[in-house]
Amino acid sequence: MSDKEDVHRARRNLIKLTACAGGVAAVATAVPFAASMMPSERAKALGAPIEADITFLHPGEMMRVEWRGQPVWIVHRTKEMLDAVKADDAKVADPNSERKPGELTPEYARNEFRSIKPEYLVVVGICTHLGCSPTDRLKPGPEPFDPEWNGGFYCPCHGSLFDLAGRVFKNKPAPDNLRVPPYMFLSDTKLLIGEDKKG
Amino acid sequence: MAAAEKQPVTGAGPFNGILTWVDARFPLMSTWKEHLTEYYAPKNFNFWYYFGSLALLVLVIQIATGIVLTMNYKPDANLAFAAVEYIMREVPWGWLMRYMHSTGASAFFICIYLHMFRGMLYGSHRKPRELLWIFGMLIFLCLMGEAFFGYLLPWGQMSYWGAQVIVNLFAAIPFIGPDLAIWIRGDYVVSDATLNRFFAFHVILLPLVLLALVAAHLLALHEVGSNNPDGIEIKKRKDPKTGIPLDGIPFHPYYTVKDIFGVAVFLFVFAIVVFFAPEMGGYFLEQNNFIAADPLKTPLHIAPVWYFTPYYSILRANTINFLWIDAKVWGVIAMGISVMIFFLLPWLDRSPAKSIRYRGPIFKFALALFVVCFLILGYLGTQAVTEGRTLLAQVCTVIYFLFFLLMPWYTKIDKCIPEPDRVTKR
Repeated sequence: MSDKEDVHRARRNLIKLTACAGGVAAVATAVPFAASMMPSERAKALGAPIEADITFLHPGEMMRVEWRGQPVWIVHRTKEMLDAVKADDAKVADPNSERKPGELTPEYARNEFRSIKPEYLVVVGICTHLGCSPTDRLKPGPEPFDPEWNGGFYCPCHGSLFDLAGRVFKNKPAPDNLRVPPYMFLSDTKLLIGEDKKG
Repeated sequence: MAAAEKQPVTGAGPFNGILTWVDARFPLMSTWKEHLTEYYAPKNFNFWYYFGSLALLVLVIQIATGIVLTMNYKPDANLAFAAVEYIMREVPWGWLMRYMHSTGASAFFICIYLHMFRGMLYGSHRKPRELLWIFGMLIFLCLMGEAFFGYLLPWGQMSYWGAQVIVNLFAAIPFIGPDLAIWIRGDYVVSDATLNRFFAFHVILLPLVLLALVAAHLLALHEVGSNNPDGIEIKKRKDPKTGIPLDGIPFHPYYTVKDIFGVAVFLFVFAIVVFFAPEMGGYFLEQNNFIAADPLKTPLHIAPVWYFTPYYSILRANTINFLWIDAKVWGVIAMGISVMIFFLLPWLDRSPAKSIRYRGPIFKFALALFVVCFLILGYLGTQAVTEGRTLLAQVCTVIYFLFFLLMPWYTKIDKCIPEPDRVTKR
């Protein structure tokens, strides 16, 4: 077809140009369709910080609060639990929270216990593997998944293990430690989750 | 169309006048002939050839029951769980519609898996049917999407956490992953926005794509002609006068009658499941899904519905960080490849014979081993993880991939028997 000599070059080029212009318009029109699937203004606004009252959270206990639709765990760790965290140093993949620190661990929690006050652990209870919420197995003792269990969290979905500081065990599907959300102590018994002193 | 096909409709019949009128304006008779009365299928189809038409039947069941279900279902995170209970308890025959739909989902996968296995047995994916196989694979992917989106709608615990896990698979993709997951969910967590759009995907987008793909699958089939248990081309031996394959018989009435028999048997089994075991001991409808979604608490034991469990096992069998890439990303990659690798089957298979009847012992052994591994992975995917089970899943995953990756080699060295000239009676 195109190798015939009577092809009107100018017209052919005009057709190509028109097709390109139409293609650009089609792509531009696709943008609002795709963009309308992003979170709405209302969904964005729901990310406000929340307060948690820890007056009645006794040593060795754990409570859950909801922040941005996600579970946040607060664990009041006993002396034995803090010793268990130390004992787990060799088992965990990232004992000093050096991986993705900006994303997972705020500066004030970049320590062995991953917290502002060692006795209070605050982490987002969402497994860094695929987003399940791990189960608390705070008591030490042999478990089917670990005969020398010192207490921590077990993810039922894919078997990842986390110690009592939310640090992930080596060679488990989850790549990272549990995320520590931005938080601060408003008083000795009141926490603000979702905002810290910097913010 | 050829002029000969536009002759007036002849023979005894009260509607011939109408048919002639329509046929002058629409290719009715020629389409009917091309795809039914003059579509010549090999005469030696066996039991395995039921599942294509049965899959089509299940598609019809899913569309019919689905339409009725949407009349009472509410795609709203606050109302969805109660709406399903309302359908089950208060809508007249609502329980039947829902159980047919939920059982139909599993029946669909049973038919499709057996249909695919038939293809692997008799080499139905081999030249010239590569594109037919690819359309079939696209249907399979589409069906997986339908099943996944549909499973969120009852808004039970398994719905919620299943969706959470699968959407997070996309978050594992480097660089764009986290934003992509937000785009899919329409929120930072699985929420009302997610439910609403999954409803749209489940009832509009994917059914349309599915129907188009089914049409393409059938058109491609009728272009190249059906394969058969002997894996030989019936078009090579044609009656010199009529040009009809010697081993071919018209699809209608021969195979329509055969398929109707299959439909009758299938419906017996389907009805027994719908009426007496719609939950199938937690395999078709999982117990945890009778609890409303709770974003703060994952159920103790979470597993996908049975038809996804082999891939799920492959996902969680990856526990080792390797080459600076997380085990998590490897798991997602392995799972993706485990599904996609079927697309390559027509090109991985180098055997001179198509059908297993004329292939050598190596392929028979490899296929049997693959099926065993697939079933073991499927079983493991329904179970909680232990160290022993993870090891078994890793072994099966390796065999699963070796089946495909070594196929060009072992099908080539395999000792095949010569294929017959004409189809055989068996």
